Amino acid sequence: MNVAMPVDLHDARPLAEPLVSVQNISVAYEGARQGFWAKPTSVKALDNVSFDVFPGETLGLVGESGSGKSTTGRAILRRIGVTSGRILFKGQDITTVTGEPLRKLRRHMQIVFQDPYASLNPRMRVLDIIAEPMMVHGLIRKPDEARDEIGEMLRIVGLPKDAVDRYPHAFSGGQRQRIGIARALALKPEFIVADEPVSALDVSVRAQVVNLLQDLQRDLGLTLLFIAHDLSVVRHISHRVAILYAGRVVEIADRDSLYERPMHPYTEALLSAVPVPDPQIQKARKRLVYRGEIPDVSHWPAGCHLHGRCPVATEKCSLEAPQLLEKRPGHFVACWHR
Amino acid sequence: MNAATTDKPLLEIERLEVEFDTRRGVVRGLRGVDLVVGRGETLAIVGESGSGKSVTAQAVMGLIDVPGRISGGDIRWKGRSMVSRAGARMARDIRGKEIALVFQDPMTSLNPLITVGAQISEVLRRHLNMTRADADLRVLELLEAVGIPAPPRRARQYPHELSGGMRQRVMIAMAIACEPELLIADEPTTALDVTIQAQVLELLAGLQESLGLSVLLITHDLGVVAGLCSRVAVMYAGQIVETGPAEDVFGRPAHPYTQGLIRSTPRLDDRMERLVAIEGAPPNLLSPPGGCAFRERCPIADTVCEVQPKPAQVEARTDGTVACWHASANAWDMPVRAETGMLRAV
Repeated sequence: MNVAMPVDLHDARPLAEPLVSVQNISVAYEGARQGFWAKPTSVKALDNVSFDVFPGETLGLVGESGSGKSTTGRAILRRIGVTSGRILFKGQDITTVTGEPLRKLRRHMQIVFQDPYASLNPRMRVLDIIAEPMMVHGLIRKPDEARDEIGEMLRIVGLPKDAVDRYPHAFSGGQRQRIGIARALALKPEFIVADEPVSALDVSVRAQVVNLLQDLQRDLGLTLLFIAHDLSVVRHISHRVAILYAGRVVEIADRDSLYERPMHPYTEALLSAVPVPDPQIQKARKRLVYRGEIPDVSHWPAGCHLHGRCPVATEKCSLEAPQLLEKRPGHFVACWHR
Repeated sequence: MNAATTDKPLLEIERLEVEFDTRRGVVRGLRGVDLVVGRGETLAIVGESGSGKSVTAQAVMGLIDVPGRISGGDIRWKGRSMVSRAGARMARDIRGKEIALVFQDPMTSLNPLITVGAQISEVLRRHLNMTRADADLRVLELLEAVGIPAPPRRARQYPHELSGGMRQRVMIAMAIACEPELLIADEPTTALDVTIQAQVLELLAGLQESLGLSVLLITHDLGVVAGLCSRVAVMYAGQIVETGPAEDVFGRPAHPYTQGLIRSTPRLDDRMERLVAIEGAPPNLLSPPGGCAFRERCPIADTVCEVQPKPAQVEARTDGTVACWHASANAWDMPVRAETGMLRAV
């Protein structure tokens, strides 16, 4: 096996302390009740997930539906509680922070939502939408106080200054997503969770928003957790990538290491399934199509969650879940056989 | 069908125009679409939201309903008009039988109150006058053909008991139930996860080959097209801007919009430093601009573009057409204004 460390020249990421460190978190949702008096069942959505996000980097978090990628983002932002594990922000344990300290913490962590149509209040002017987080955090008392600042914010995200007095309906999907990004930037956060920020957009508009996120990240030194199911977009935008399967991280690595030399059988299948927009290449590609589908969250198998579909699975895989281990420098894999 | 018409292409769409009445005026959904699907051919219509790709499929399937209407042009099935008054009656029998449709969202297009077996069997009894017993047997064969494990058990289940991929397989089983000659698939994998998408595309490719189907695939995903289709038509603002063999359209795109579309799509196998972003958004079809519809966003547009270009054969594309005055020019090598260029000054 080639153990050469892939060097990312284009990224001068300092190998410093992680900005966000997720340590063995599990999340359970309340499920259905078995009877009227019965306690609700508990459905596990995340199982021992760990990873770090370093300052100034974009970590891509990829998974199919039900893999727990959005749950991870929401748990880090403390929008849902974890059942076990710790979340550190700048080395400080924020897992159980509440009240005023939590509110202060949220100034530093913001979110960009997937659907730019559902995430903007149609009855608020753009000015009010972007001013709202500033008012909540007591930076200003009236939206008009920040009019100039918000105009500047809009210019940064590529919208005309006169957008401030218009309502969301006057904007296209891509422009709305820019408003959503401006709102996330309003508090000058250090960390942004972007939960499928471009999947609702058309191809040509998607490229505009992807470029914008890259520029903002570089110029403002933002740290991004980029949650997506589209592996091509993730490759384009991320420095490192984590792959989730049925509530567990199965592989984390530098972008090129992961895309060019994936190690986990699930990552291999996932990458081979993504169609490449080039007929000659695409028709010649070999797809690894695994039988069956992703297990439902309420019926996760014992052992490795992939073992029923995996071509290299053995008895051990059905009994015991593999740990996420560093198999190559900076390349972590959870598999007994790789 | 009538023997005299068999040498005609399967489906011909000619200068098709569709309009929708809205409170704010007439929206011109299709503005003169020409398209031909030959026997055994797989043609993809590629476009973004609002480009008219789904409206084209709906027009063929007779699904344009009030407030929409076909306001001009013709759709011919094996040479016979499906739009004329006489043709409309014939078209009712053809649709669902010789032409079948697979929708994007299998959850909303299956009836949640009826078992999937009964829904497929209904198609067989309606179009082929099969008896209930014959139809039930054929249902099991069809479920088997689309790769659903344990057909007898699955046939008795309701749509909510199946996963998204399984539901899409049921939709495909229903579509091929009457052995159609043309399958129209409208974003068939958009609602599916990528590994499930690969399974469904593999199924479609297999069926296309084994049944000799013609496929009209409607999608926004260039990757899906590349794996499945031999020909491509690119739509923009209710018109077709470029057609040709898939290899040519992807390898040597001639229209600036197609070029931009391809270069704005990130690829799994090749990382670009920066994506080409086509500035702006598609025009509003309430009052489409005169001239080339892409003019406002095109980096090489000039005064001739104020006149509408006609789809024509160009040197680079003998087998296909391009609707552009500057076809084959390299549109995006021109410097593109960076959207956030001023950011560095902040």
